[in-house]
Amino acid sequence: MTEAITQPLSPPKTAAGPSLLLRGVRKAFADVQAVDGIDLEVARGECFGLLGPNGAGKTTTIEMCEGLTPADQGTIELLGLNWHSNAAQLRQRIGIQLQETQFPDKLTVEETLRMFRSFFSQGIPVEESIRTAQLEEKRKSRVGGLSGGQKQRLAMACALVGDPELLFLDEPTTGLDPQARRHLWDLVDELKQAGRTIILTTHYMDEAQRLCDRVAIMDHGKIIALGTPQQLIGTVGGEDIVEFAVSGIDPVSHGIVDTAPLLALPGIHSHRVDAGLHQLSVSELHKSVPAIFAALADQGLHLSEFRTHSATLEDVFVRLTGRNLRDE
Amino acid sequence: MNNLETSSLYQLTMVRFKLFLREPEAIFWIFVFPIILAAGLGIAFRNRPADVLQVAATTPQLTQALAADKGLTAITLDESEGTHQLATGQILLLAIQKPGSIAYKYDDTNPDARSARLLADRAIQTAAGRQNAVPAANDLIHETGSRYIDFVVPGLLGMNLMGSAMWGIVFALVEARQKKLLKRLVASPMPKWQYLASFLLSRLAILIIEVVFFLGFARLTFGVPFRGSLWELCLLCLITSLAFSALGLLVSSRAKTMEAASGLMNLVMLPMWILSGVFFSATRFPAIIQPFVQALPLTAAIEAMRGNMLQGISLSHQLGKVAILLAWFVVPFTISLRIFRWR
Repeated sequence: MTEAITQPLSPPKTAAGPSLLLRGVRKAFADVQAVDGIDLEVARGECFGLLGPNGAGKTTTIEMCEGLTPADQGTIELLGLNWHSNAAQLRQRIGIQLQETQFPDKLTVEETLRMFRSFFSQGIPVEESIRTAQLEEKRKSRVGGLSGGQKQRLAMACALVGDPELLFLDEPTTGLDPQARRHLWDLVDELKQAGRTIILTTHYMDEAQRLCDRVAIMDHGKIIALGTPQQLIGTVGGEDIVEFAVSGIDPVSHGIVDTAPLLALPGIHSHRVDAGLHQLSVSELHKSVPAIFAALADQGLHLSEFRTHSATLEDVFVRLTGRNLRDE
Repeated sequence: MNNLETSSLYQLTMVRFKLFLREPEAIFWIFVFPIILAAGLGIAFRNRPADVLQVAATTPQLTQALAADKGLTAITLDESEGTHQLATGQILLLAIQKPGSIAYKYDDTNPDARSARLLADRAIQTAAGRQNAVPAANDLIHETGSRYIDFVVPGLLGMNLMGSAMWGIVFALVEARQKKLLKRLVASPMPKWQYLASFLLSRLAILIIEVVFFLGFARLTFGVPFRGSLWELCLLCLITSLAFSALGLLVSSRAKTMEAASGLMNLVMLPMWILSGVFFSATRFPAIIQPFVQALPLTAAIEAMRGNMLQGISLSHQLGKVAILLAWFVVPFTISLRIFRWR
């Protein structure tokens, strides 16, 4: 992880160093410390995810990397270059998809892409970008008539026309329906396979889990966890999560769950309650579930809900912050 | 051709031009509206016989003497009724028979009433037997080039160039800023100056259509004269459009909302609508504000166009006006390049 900083002035183009390097980056807006000291390294060809709730500092971080917002402190290097001295070159070599860009409604897909292509000295033909984004049928359609998913794929195509070595995607699937999201994921998969470095932000843990080789979880401007999705999920302590609720009209227990006997069971690692829903992180589901049933029956409790799922990045976030990812 | 296709300045300009043509409202305001306005004014101020003035007298003899003049119609009223009708504007003048003299009652700040006073006195004196000391005859002119429509067409042209440049640029830019398109564009390698220049260039393409359309209409319908060089007139339109485009860039360089931009735009355009002599000569304003009035780009544009079209003055004799317009192009464009907000 430290090979990049031993040679900070290594020649840019052929360097095998990281695609993206952040050291001690900070940014404040008025009285809010949006980004509070971030160190990151993203290797070439990696798909890296910045995950966190709204307001965690993801967009500020990615916009500093994109050279749209100057950092207050710290160093940012992309492809071995920085925004102070190599801005023009960097603009040619990276692709950017911003949150909530609205392209002119009355331009067609092809015209929009032709315009963006003209900004780059090198790149892929407009035809190819249309094909990659699967917008062939919409080539002559005006942007105003596209669906949310198609607009997002157009934004992606605009980011791709310059054949970028490094691609930034800021919440690419926010606001899309499930089908459009899966469609976009397939597109990102293809780009990964083509060997591009991708940095994406998201507040969907399933998206990060599905797409990213490595993930940084952000909260309040800081990175609170960093690793592959599997490593991070491993830190929850169990591979599975059991969720249950009890009916509250029981005369003996008044619906109060005594958690001590539950935590004493083998394979149960932790317990928390959220809006009446109890969550246990467990390993060896096949053994722990019957034990949980028995323990609850001993307390005279009736289950009104019971389900299990594999631990996700959401559970990692909950364990680290005590909050749900989508709590504002 | 292939070179053009890959040139970002060409692409940006074409995009602007296409977006303009795909906006039906813009087409109306820029092409149809000035023609409706010119047609309306042409009808309202068409040449017609001089107005007949309504007057009254207190005796039938006086009324008869007044009615003998072709420029007057007269009725007989008693003094109190006549005074009432004077106050309500139904008559312009009341001739009152006094013992051995006549008194005229009228408002001397009203030009029509002053004319009525001259005509009435002449009619009454003639009826009483006055002879002309010197014989005189009238030689009337209704010549092309001195009519009101000839005066107002250059004014409307200037006003239209101002309006279309300002509205077109300000709204497109503020919308692009609001929709975060500007931010997306600066995130790409696009040269920033080319984006702003594409607005000026696409304006020029639209300008050609706009000017030919409007002046062609004025020529065919009203026979408005073109006494100066047409090339110089085109050059004037071009410089005028550049000046207002630059002003439009300046107005939209910081505004984040349409409301803010509209307010600023009205602040810039309203003084010129009033002061720059679109509908009447700007020299009517008091001498103390004349330096300000003359320095306005619309005043310079309209006066130079009137000089060209109505008097055939060559551009080399209007260098002062051209210099004012060029200054209004260079200064706002330079400032807006510096202060333009891309996000």
